[in-house]
Amino acid sequence: MYHRVVRSRWTLTGLAVVVALALAALAAPLIAPGDPYHGHLAAALQAPSRAFPLGTDAQGRDVLSRLLFGARLSLAVGLASQVIALAVGLTLGLAAGFYGRSVDAVVMRAADVTLAFPSLLLLIAVAAAVKPTLPVVCVVIGIVGWAGMARLVRAQVLVVRRLDYVHAARAFGASDARLAARHVLPNVLGPVIVAATLGVGGAIMAEAALSFVGLGAPPPTPSWGAMVAEGRDLLRVAPWVSLFPGLAIGLTVLAVNLIGDGLRDALDVRA
Amino acid sequence: MTSSASALVDVQGLVKHFPGERAFFGLGRPRAVVRAVDDVSFAITPGQTLGLVGESGCGKSTVGRTILRLIEPDAGRVLIDGLNLLTLGSRELRALRRRMQIVFQDPYGSLNPRLTVRQTLAEPLAIHHLATGADAGRRIAALLEEVGLDPGFATSYAHELSGGQRQRVGIARALSVEPQFLVLDEPVSALDVSVQAQVLNLLADLQQRRRLTYLFIAHDLAVVKHIADQVAVMYLGKIVEWAPAARLYAAPRHPYTTSLLSAVPVPDPMAQRRRIVLTGDVPSPAHPPAGCPFHPRCPHPKKDARCRTEPPALREVAPGQLAACHYAEEPL
Repeated sequence: MYHRVVRSRWTLTGLAVVVALALAALAAPLIAPGDPYHGHLAAALQAPSRAFPLGTDAQGRDVLSRLLFGARLSLAVGLASQVIALAVGLTLGLAAGFYGRSVDAVVMRAADVTLAFPSLLLLIAVAAAVKPTLPVVCVVIGIVGWAGMARLVRAQVLVVRRLDYVHAARAFGASDARLAARHVLPNVLGPVIVAATLGVGGAIMAEAALSFVGLGAPPPTPSWGAMVAEGRDLLRVAPWVSLFPGLAIGLTVLAVNLIGDGLRDALDVRA
Repeated sequence: MTSSASALVDVQGLVKHFPGERAFFGLGRPRAVVRAVDDVSFAITPGQTLGLVGESGCGKSTVGRTILRLIEPDAGRVLIDGLNLLTLGSRELRALRRRMQIVFQDPYGSLNPRLTVRQTLAEPLAIHHLATGADAGRRIAALLEEVGLDPGFATSYAHELSGGQRQRVGIARALSVEPQFLVLDEPVSALDVSVQAQVLNLLADLQQRRRLTYLFIAHDLAVVKHIADQVAVMYLGKIVEWAPAARLYAAPRHPYTTSLLSAVPVPDPMAQRRRIVLTGDVPSPAHPPAGCPFHPRCPHPKKDARCRTEPPALREVAPGQLAACHYAEEPL
């Protein structure tokens, strides 16, 4: 599988972009040209220039520096929340599809409730109950995402578990755990991994929405979503305030999707 | 066909009804149950082949899978060498699974696409502690040779094989645990005619060499003609005729068997033969007709009110031949 990933140029590109973003986020204190938290009002809303490569925002803070620091939060939320959604969704979806009947009914009704419940309302409720720290934000966004993942996994399991190779394995005495781990799970992973990588973009946007209503990371902590939101009133006078964090989100989503595509192809033995 | 002490496989009164789903989000009236298998009994003596024939939807595959407990039956007994399969606990069942295996119809769905042939064949060996490591490698090579494949195929994935090769791998997997009894669920229906013959010959050879007992499920009387010792014809979940193969092909007693036989192509364009073309579709097994289940399509000239009201019993109409027809003494 390693060779298959390396063989694809696009997958490598996506991987390179994500690694570069992660390194930049880690090295933000070292490479950021300015202070991401405190600006000088005298330097507010300056267009990109030699002093401020990506311009400054309404409070005179360097956009590039905020972008670099914001990458920490956005990448962490995007990846961690999808790992949580994937772990919960995969486990429950597999159980629902595999065991059916009452397990299926309970899991799927819980998923329906999760999907029917306005996720922002849930987020607000959680934020009201506990202080919205980074782990809390990740868990909440991940929890909101589990239901869609579980549905996808369940649908795939329902298809695969009817295939004759699963019956054959049962006929020669394979245990339920073996059936699930060796015959069902590997054959449902493809679409699930693609969905999870698509979810990374959604999670970054969800964090942005949370920041927007003031429930994400508290200001002045920079996050890409919050930066896009802050710049929305300034699009005519200072488009760079929203544009660059928007581009960063787009680039990240694209790169993660490229990785997802590569993984799907690598996992598909027929390719 | 009645149960006998010498039988390896003895099925008595097997019933499997699939419940109809409730309409309207599970709140409405439940739909009628589908009587997939309705009181089916038969026995197979060691080394023999029972051909189980019927149209699609008649319940023949459900019979095969219920016998192996891939589907749980609702009633009946399945005795393998005197042991009732349906009352066994999971540990004893797993041990008994070694003695009975299944070969599936669809060579594309029957192999896990993520496993190599070696992994596919090594799994049952490992589960039943038959062989591991280099020993397993030798066993797998021998199995592949036995089903007519080069041992070099061990490193191939299923998608790299043709339909016939996959079916041979499926047969090798079934043989890996050294079973006595094989359910062959339309093992050649999905294959080209030339490959069908090869696989049928392979199955016949294996039966001789390993003294296997077969339940050969098919939708076509022509396929089982050369391999079956006994033939059972199923219609809407019931066996309607049972006879030694030669007898069934020469002198069928049930009008359904007669019409199935008339549909078998004869490779002689000048042959004079009478075709009986059945009209209408097979009735839904959820709503079987009253009386004889075959009566709406029956071409028998003596069909009368009795056929529409009184279900005919499966009874002996000639030595060793049973038919469920009120007019079996006057065959078509």
